[in-house]
Amino acid sequence: MTDAITADGLVKRYGEVTALDGLSFSVPQGTVLALLGPNGAGKTTTVRVLTTLLAPDGGRATVAGCDVVRDARRLRSHIGLSGQYAAVDEHLTGAENLEMVGRLYHLGAKRAKARARELLERFDLAGAADRPVKGYSGGMRRRIDLAGALVADPPVLFLDEPTTGLDPRARAALWDTIAELVAGGSTLLLTTQYMEEADRLADQIMVVDHGRAIARGTADELKDQVGGNRIEVTVTDAAELETAREALAWAAVGAMQTVPESLRITVPVTDGPESLRQSLGRLAEAGVRVRDAGLRRPTLDDVYLTLTGRRAPGADEPVQEAAR
Amino acid sequence: MNPLTMPVADGWTIARRNTLKIRRSPDLLGAAVMFPIVFVLMFAYVFGSVIDIPGVPYKEFLLPGIFVQAVLISAQTTGYTLTLDLQKGIFDRFRSLPMAPSGVLIGQTVSDLLMNVASLVVMATVGVAVGWRTHSSPQEVVLGFALLLLFAYAFSWFTATVALALRTPESFNNIATMVSFPLMFVSNAFLDTSELPAPLRVVAEWNPVSTFTQAARELFGNTSTAMKASDAWPMQHAIPASLLWIAVMLLVFVPLATRLYKKAVSA
Repeated sequence: MTDAITADGLVKRYGEVTALDGLSFSVPQGTVLALLGPNGAGKTTTVRVLTTLLAPDGGRATVAGCDVVRDARRLRSHIGLSGQYAAVDEHLTGAENLEMVGRLYHLGAKRAKARARELLERFDLAGAADRPVKGYSGGMRRRIDLAGALVADPPVLFLDEPTTGLDPRARAALWDTIAELVAGGSTLLLTTQYMEEADRLADQIMVVDHGRAIARGTADELKDQVGGNRIEVTVTDAAELETAREALAWAAVGAMQTVPESLRITVPVTDGPESLRQSLGRLAEAGVRVRDAGLRRPTLDDVYLTLTGRRAPGADEPVQEAAR
Repeated sequence: MNPLTMPVADGWTIARRNTLKIRRSPDLLGAAVMFPIVFVLMFAYVFGSVIDIPGVPYKEFLLPGIFVQAVLISAQTTGYTLTLDLQKGIFDRFRSLPMAPSGVLIGQTVSDLLMNVASLVVMATVGVAVGWRTHSSPQEVVLGFALLLLFAYAFSWFTATVALALRTPESFNNIATMVSFPLMFVSNAFLDTSELPAPLRVVAEWNPVSTFTQAARELFGNTSTAMKASDAWPMQHAIPASLLWIAVMLLVFVPLATRLYKKAVSA
């Protein structure tokens, strides 16, 4: 299988800050790669370099066989980009926005017009086609922006945090739309801060931190590495935290996390329900009084903590201890 | 697409977009149409009742000055809308498309030229209604408007340059007001500069606004031999001096704006 996207040792610096630190990866044609990471990990910089918006300081990259620096103009006719904030013109209607993009892809006036109507229909925006985008909801704006990326039916798509800031319902709807797109055989590079989003849409997930890849694999492989689920136990007495940690250590597949202020221990595990059942038994044997216990899915923060031993930048709760 | 026609085609697409935008933005439309009407009426009746120009009715003297002033104001739309666009993601979209990069600035300046055409039509109509008349051949009148539009187009590239250097709408508006008001008022646009004290008179005589106003007056036949003629070179040769200004503005600010645009969007 040929690679639709290749990146080889990409470096980008902003003054003192190194946004990309020798990032290398490839995306085979027709597959979806999710770049997962917190703000400042280098996800958006990667997308900007690959879509020719930003020249790299080092390394090289190709998209659809075109070099991002030497072959930028040709490259742009093979890609579609949908950004973090909706890059559409508020004063123009949905139809006018898409038509303008079509003309700038040089589809010709007639095809640009027809293509705009087609996409509006497909993205369930036909009813709002002739209203200025100004009056659209957040979810509608994302859809029109996404439609903009598809105007020329490009073989390679870049979606930079497509659902950030959307409410859960709009997010789920957009996921369905993206999943349909991908089923059509496009190559997609997606950036996200949500483990669940990467899990849902991507064939491969690459976790990025400080401009470098710290893990890569399928969602299942990544879960094996970081634990598929989290057991969360809250004890009644701070004095019992240590005993509880010892009783839970057997199940941990990554770094356990203790928050003394809230008397809570989080344990990454593989077989969630079974681990929880046995853990509760062991806690009872050890005489630990449990106030609350449950299972939850791992978040980006959990993935980070497990892989780097640090919390994701911007995570809110303080962690005192993160030892295995 | 042919590399020579692409910037033109893409520029036209962007110009269409901006024109639609202007039509839907009451504030921009107001600036283009309402301001000139207000200015014509205000200056014609307020200044017109106190200022006396030898040999020419004040309203005839005034209108070419109002035209130049309107161009000065509406060319600022170029800069202002560029700074607004810079703050949104739309330039990223444009740059990820296989369009000619120069299309963005060409489109922006062309759409403002179209807006200037509209505002000149409005002002000329209101002008005629309040008593403005031309006293030259129809060809000269057409040349007069053509000169004003050339000035408008060249000046748009200047405001684009300033906007791309400053990058925020607030700072652009502040600077634009600070620069355009002295340019407008220390000139012959509203009064006879020969009445000004010496240092101000020299500034006014060499002010490009005076040059364009004088050129427009000559082409529209709104001058009089009864007026005291200035011996400053740009006043003596207003039409060639205007063309020179236009050429210089285009030669300097087209490349400069293009370079600053590249810098502003690739940060």
